[in-house]
Amino acid sequence: MTSGLWQLVLSGVWTTLQLLVFGALLATAVSFAVGMARTHRLWIVRFVAGVYTEVFRGTSTLIMIFWVFFVLPLAFGWQLVPMWAATLALGLTYGAYGAEIVRGALNSVDPAQREGGIALGFTPWQRMRKILLPQAVPEMIPSFSNLLVELLKGTALVSVMGMGDLAFSGNLVRLALQQSAEIYAYVLLIYFVIAFALTRLMRLLEHRLKVRAGKAPQARVFVPQPVGGGVS
Amino acid sequence: MTWDWNAVRDFMPHFWDGLLVTLQALALGSLISFALGLVWAVLMRTPTRWVRWPVGIVTEFVRDTPLLVQLFFLFYVLPEWGLTFSALTTGVVAIGLHYSTYTMQVYRAGIDAVPAGQWEAATALSLSPWRTWTAVILPQAIRRVVPALGNYVIAMLKDTPMLMAITVLDMLGEARLFSQQHFQFTEPLTVIGVAFVLIAYPASLLLRALERRLVR
Repeated sequence: MTSGLWQLVLSGVWTTLQLLVFGALLATAVSFAVGMARTHRLWIVRFVAGVYTEVFRGTSTLIMIFWVFFVLPLAFGWQLVPMWAATLALGLTYGAYGAEIVRGALNSVDPAQREGGIALGFTPWQRMRKILLPQAVPEMIPSFSNLLVELLKGTALVSVMGMGDLAFSGNLVRLALQQSAEIYAYVLLIYFVIAFALTRLMRLLEHRLKVRAGKAPQARVFVPQPVGGGVS
Repeated sequence: MTWDWNAVRDFMPHFWDGLLVTLQALALGSLISFALGLVWAVLMRTPTRWVRWPVGIVTEFVRDTPLLVQLFFLFYVLPEWGLTFSALTTGVVAIGLHYSTYTMQVYRAGIDAVPAGQWEAATALSLSPWRTWTAVILPQAIRRVVPALGNYVIAMLKDTPMLMAITVLDMLGEARLFSQQHFQFTEPLTVIGVAFVLIAYPASLLLRALERRLVR
């Protein structure tokens, strides 16, 4: 492979990373908004949020991408820049998956915590912000870590729309070289390296958040404690 | 916004063709992923790390890389190596392989949930490893994981539109072809989007009911 082709691959990596970051930001916002709405006390709010998650989880990401690229401009006259159209499609779909994670984590907080908040006269929003979320968020991180890898894999779908991400640059290089084994092996390897880095970063984040929420961080090394003595 | 019912009517015959291809790919892909995932899960329990490590690394690699690129890899690279399959076969193999790395984790959870006493009893009865697996461990493990496997069938359903990228005429492929021929994008794409929700949502309800039945 020549250096010009590597340049192409690098610009593809850059587009993929941009999509990943923007998509992850939108998906996080959506998942917290919808996930918290699913625990709201008004049934209508819960219902609307539920319909949102079922629709976006029910349909395929690729079809969402097609819909945003082709139907939105025709039907509503919103012609989006490809980057934003792709971010919108990815963020809304993966946000629906994230909403389920947020809802699950919020529901798994000990009910006594919520009752304690009520007894202390906290408003619902204060309870959410000061009591429920700080305890629920560290529990969400492993699932969000998986979802982030899924999102990374999902960004490859935009190449079908002709956006120059990593998968697309792989296709261009294949056309230029007329051989596919090498370039696709590299592309897969690059995706794997990004995914690996992401999971490590998320593990670090989980550790940090658990310490901050006052929960004991999981010990890396098992240290045998003497029985019946010592501190604690 | 304009909605043309005539376009919907014209699209419907193509829709049924596409649905058939999608369901075919889904059924075959599920079978491959169930079988292969079980093989990975059992290999991950072998005593020697010379088997466990390669299997672990390969499956992790397949799981963390996009299915779309794997499809391209199989579709373009296999012919270079002298193996030519139809687009649909390639797609089915790719989906099955990709999801086998997920079902493997499901099986592993099921196998881990079999009480240690069952293993010990099998040893005490001096059953061969083959008999231990087929007669004692797997029947108990698989029963527990059926609903979880079903979730992956739904996930697979939502990934079948990717086959369009390697020229398979599944639902999305048909919709795209129709849109390009008639310059009507709204109707076919919306129809298949709704169709996916209509298939996936009842399926997930069914699974929830199945879960309540089987897992207790």
